[in-house]
Amino acid sequence: MLIKSDQPVEKAVRSRAAAMVALEGVSVRYRLPIERVPTFKEFAIRWFQRRLSYRDLWALREVSFEVEPGEILGVVGPNGAGKSTLLKVIARVLHPSQGRVVTRGSIAPILELGGGFHPELTGRENVYLFGSLLGRTRSEMDAGFEEVVDFAELWDFIDAPLRTYSSGMQARLAFAVATAEFADVILVDEVLAVGDLRFQEKCLHRMNGYSDQGATILFVSHNPGTIERMCERALWLSNGTVKDLGSSDRVINAYTSALA
Amino acid sequence: MRDIALMYDSARRQSPFVEEFRSLLRYSELIRQLILRSIKTRYKRSILGIAWTMINPLLTMAVLTLVFSRLFQFPTRTYALHVLSGLLIWNFFAQTSLAAMGEMMWSGSLLGRIYVPKTAFAVGALGTGLVNLVLAVIPYLVISLLLGVIPPATLLLLPVPVLFTGLFTLGVGLALSSMVLYFQDIQPTYEILLAAWFYLTPVIYPVGLLPAGLAALLKWNPMFHYVELFRSTVLTGSLPGLASLTAQGLFGLAVFVLGWWIFTRRARDYAYQI
Repeated sequence: MLIKSDQPVEKAVRSRAAAMVALEGVSVRYRLPIERVPTFKEFAIRWFQRRLSYRDLWALREVSFEVEPGEILGVVGPNGAGKSTLLKVIARVLHPSQGRVVTRGSIAPILELGGGFHPELTGRENVYLFGSLLGRTRSEMDAGFEEVVDFAELWDFIDAPLRTYSSGMQARLAFAVATAEFADVILVDEVLAVGDLRFQEKCLHRMNGYSDQGATILFVSHNPGTIERMCERALWLSNGTVKDLGSSDRVINAYTSALA
Repeated sequence: MRDIALMYDSARRQSPFVEEFRSLLRYSELIRQLILRSIKTRYKRSILGIAWTMINPLLTMAVLTLVFSRLFQFPTRTYALHVLSGLLIWNFFAQTSLAAMGEMMWSGSLLGRIYVPKTAFAVGALGTGLVNLVLAVIPYLVISLLLGVIPPATLLLLPVPVLFTGLFTLGVGLALSSMVLYFQDIQPTYEILLAAWFYLTPVIYPVGLLPAGLAALLKWNPMFHYVELFRSTVLTGSLPGLASLTAQGLFGLAVFVLGWWIFTRRARDYAYQI
């Protein structure tokens, strides 16, 4: 069954090899236990009694679309529509339960940030730790270090432990590290909501700069205005399926009137 | 024009066992950073800092020597070095396998957000353990000389027991890490098991102390062989035969391969567990 459905997918992807991101019938299934089984002891007892039961939650269902080189694609949808899951499945964090994801070039995920930081280490040490978690080499990080601190505007605190930073400062540092390198595909998930307005503008400016250099961007936002401003095309996700995909004016209009 | 190595295709069927090795090589800087982080943060707020790595086993040795050298009727000098050498390699095993699990839990929130080769955390724990072991061998040698015991020439072969024990430890650490995301009680259970295992291994008592029946069972305890091998290079100089040495090396390698296989087989699903 699975093998059969793989065949036409392969052909379709090959015929349009130019796409930077291609999803073909992608579904993501979370398997949730009906009752939480947190310990091995309980798991063993229940397995023995055959009382383990699961409920399937489909975060994405049969999602297919392609993103062309240099495009900025906006993604909208209500909470729980599968927007973050969509970015995760492209960023290779989640393996699709069904279907196929193909991406080309380097990928920079700019998802919820800060999990890679350690409170006892200094800002400088955290820049290197976080950079290495994103797969960067030491020479890349050495070369980009000054620009990271410039962008985050944290020269005065860079050798202080991270626990002394405010949450806004941490977010700025994380964003500065995550966006330090040009990437062929950039995945942005709501992170622009952090920091003050001036910093948000600075972030958008940097995104636009990478776009001018040819980066392909997937942009998740709750703010329809930002999407209309930045993207030519928009994707509307609803309950894990593609409700609409087309010019951002039209999709955003349909989306906002559906909300009203 | 695009770098084909950077192409990702979720449908490409590759052995996760091999793919993880390749991925880990590209993330070698991450392993270095994880080791640095563990060493820097472990003692960041203490005055003695990294010296604790060396002081800790020395204090344990002093206490044990005071208490037990009488009891076991062992010459004090030899007993002190017997205990200290045993503790060094045992602590390396116990701390590294526990740290591998701890790192995996720390990384939990990250695994749901960014792609990282997940074996990096256990390999980083092994690296940290190796650094700590090297730092602790130095005061051991000083103590040995102070007690008038000149380390045997076999000291040059020290990398051999460290390599064998390291492979075994990484295998155990990987197997445990693969379970810890699913079940929270693995870590406390393993800690209890480790305490029992410690007393079943001749670390603080000499092998000769055991009754013959129990001593015969010791050969089934892998840590017994690794502790003895380490001790023979730094203290006694009486290496086991080549056949036994080969067997110990192959066993370490087999446990590593098994642990790597168990871990990578399901690695793709870990992000779903967070």
